[in-house]
Amino acid sequence: MDKEPTAPAGQGLSQELIIEIIDMHKWFGDFHVLQGIDLSVHKQERIVICGPSGSGKSTLIRCINRLEEHQRGRIVVDGIELTSNIKNIEKIRTEVGMVFQHFNLFPHLSIIENLTLGPIWVRKTPKKEAEETAMYYLEKVHIAEQAKKYPGQLSGGQQQRVAIARSLCMNPKVMLFDEPTSALDPEMIKEVLDVMIELAQEGMTMIVVTHEMGFAKSVAHRVLFMDSGQIVEGNTPEEFFENPRHDRTKLFLSQILH
Amino acid sequence: MANAIQPSRKEEIKPPVVHVGVVGWIRKNLFNNWLNSLLTVVTVFLLLKTVPPFVRWAFIDSVWNTPAQACRHATGACWSIIPHNYRFIIFGFFPYNLQWRPLLAMIMLFVLLFFSQNRKHWKKSLAYSWIAGLFIMGLLLKGGLFGLKSVESTQWGGLVLTLLLSVFGLTAAYPLGVVLALGRQSKMPAVKTLCIVYIEMIRGVPLISLLFMASIIFPLFLPEGVTINKIIRAQAAIILFTAAYIAEVVRGGLQAMAKGQYEAAESMGLNYYQTMRLIILPQALKIVIPPTVSILISAFKDTSLVVIIALYDLLKTTQTVLSDPRWLGYSREAYIFVAIIYFLGCFSMSNYSRKLEKELSRGD
Ligand SMILES: Nc1ncnc2c1ncn2[C@@H]1O[C@H](COP(=O)(O)OP(=O)(O)O)[C@@H](O)[C@H]1O
Ligand SMILES: [Mg+2]
Repeated sequence: MDKEPTAPAGQGLSQELIIEIIDMHKWFGDFHVLQGIDLSVHKQERIVICGPSGSGKSTLIRCINRLEEHQRGRIVVDGIELTSNIKNIEKIRTEVGMVFQHFNLFPHLSIIENLTLGPIWVRKTPKKEAEETAMYYLEKVHIAEQAKKYPGQLSGGQQQRVAIARSLCMNPKVMLFDEPTSALDPEMIKEVLDVMIELAQEGMTMIVVTHEMGFAKSVAHRVLFMDSGQIVEGNTPEEFFENPRHDRTKLFLSQILH
Repeated sequence: MANAIQPSRKEEIKPPVVHVGVVGWIRKNLFNNWLNSLLTVVTVFLLLKTVPPFVRWAFIDSVWNTPAQACRHATGACWSIIPHNYRFIIFGFFPYNLQWRPLLAMIMLFVLLFFSQNRKHWKKSLAYSWIAGLFIMGLLLKGGLFGLKSVESTQWGGLVLTLLLSVFGLTAAYPLGVVLALGRQSKMPAVKTLCIVYIEMIRGVPLISLLFMASIIFPLFLPEGVTINKIIRAQAAIILFTAAYIAEVVRGGLQAMAKGQYEAAESMGLNYYQTMRLIILPQALKIVIPPTVSILISAFKDTSLVVIIALYDLLKTTQTVLSDPRWLGYSREAYIFVAIIYFLGCFSMSNYSRKLEKELSRGD
């Protein structure tokens, strides 16, 4: 099928690219899960990816920090190409934060230890300084009073906010979110989205896989629609929701916006 | 009006108080159906048949500290065998007038173990104390330095030898087992195969055969003139054997870990060693505390198998005492004594593991 060139980034964005994906393919065994992905992300750009379940959204963003390995094409993050060079991979992972659907906090560590682990062991930050940074970000996600507790003692929404703070402590250049609210009870979705909106307002570069269309409308520069391992179309939120060009996009939107 | 009825309504909600009493409890727990009633009756009958005679034998008709001849007239237990022989049972052939040295070493060991119980003490200083402590204990046993008379390791025996084999055996087997478990999960095919072959081969043979190999076959491969101490060979066999079992238990713990934990750790840039050490192992090892302790306990008891390569461990020194014509026939008393020592060791291990498990589970 013919690929739509994704719309140019919104005005006022830096022209500098932070992520560049060129004709990237991935297979799981014989299953061609990503079929030629082209995507450029500018600094401070915020991208929302949506699409039906199984279309490869998670796999795509997991390729960006090499939780999955791509087999063809190129991925360049912050000027470093992702190859099997383990040093490059570790370097890129420190620059790319990731928030998972199921939070993946470390249950044996307290909240503050969850946050300081990366800075102390990866960035070699002194413990005291790491703890100060951690408290700063915990305050930012409105959860500072829980610092001494363990993940199991927090609600899902709180855990996800801790997970976001944990990523921020590494001072990443890009944040990836893989359906951050879809494992949450409805009343907790807002508290997490609010934190993400604040983050967006501060100019964080974000790639968010989500079906929260309200969030997409209010913060995204671009919304991408994926189906069967391809980016079918991408556009500004206004255009994307008002004038979807492809039938598959229309069908998908009609299914989730009722 | 509405307020007036509030208190009485509150009372209604309280859980009903149930008075059972002794009879009620007995009926509920021991005689609640015909099978239970039958079992209760049979159990009570067996207890009546065994406990009073045992108490009579062990405590009432028994003699405690008499010469061997006096025992011949006693109808009960002859505990005198213990006070007359405990030094041999505990220290084996260690020179009699130097036995304060292994005694001191054992006391040091117990003090160190006692201190290590508390997780608050798990600091570098404790590790240094252990290193220093093990060195001093070795020195006390071996001698030959600082004016301590040298004692050949062939003279070590009894409880001292059992403790030596177990403490070194267990503390060395555990980390080795963890490394093997990690190796078995490795992405490097050579490492993985090596670990699998090792684990499966060791688990495929009984400890006795390993001990035989260590004591008889292994020396054949050594160049002439080189000998390796028999205790060290037995020690190595115990370590290699126990490690293989620990490896399999730890592997179970590793497999129980959610993939998300690896991904979260990796995605923040932790490398393999950091991921394992900080995230995966603390959780995986905690899950497998109960089966690990089972292995450690059985390894502790299995050290008694070294008798077959003629090492005088606790059980063997006891048997030796029993072959003394004066004490012939008092094996029950002697074995009960040894059983109590083994029990204390095993029981404190399982007790401690339960405590540790509880402490570590505060997070979830
Ligand atoms: N580790 C894997 N091994 C094999 N197939 C996988 C694996 N991970 C995902 N898939 C498959 O790849 C497809 C895309 O998965 P995913 O990227 O998770 O989709 P999405 O996030 O859009 O729902 C699905 O069909 C899924 O079953
Ligand atoms: Mg997904």
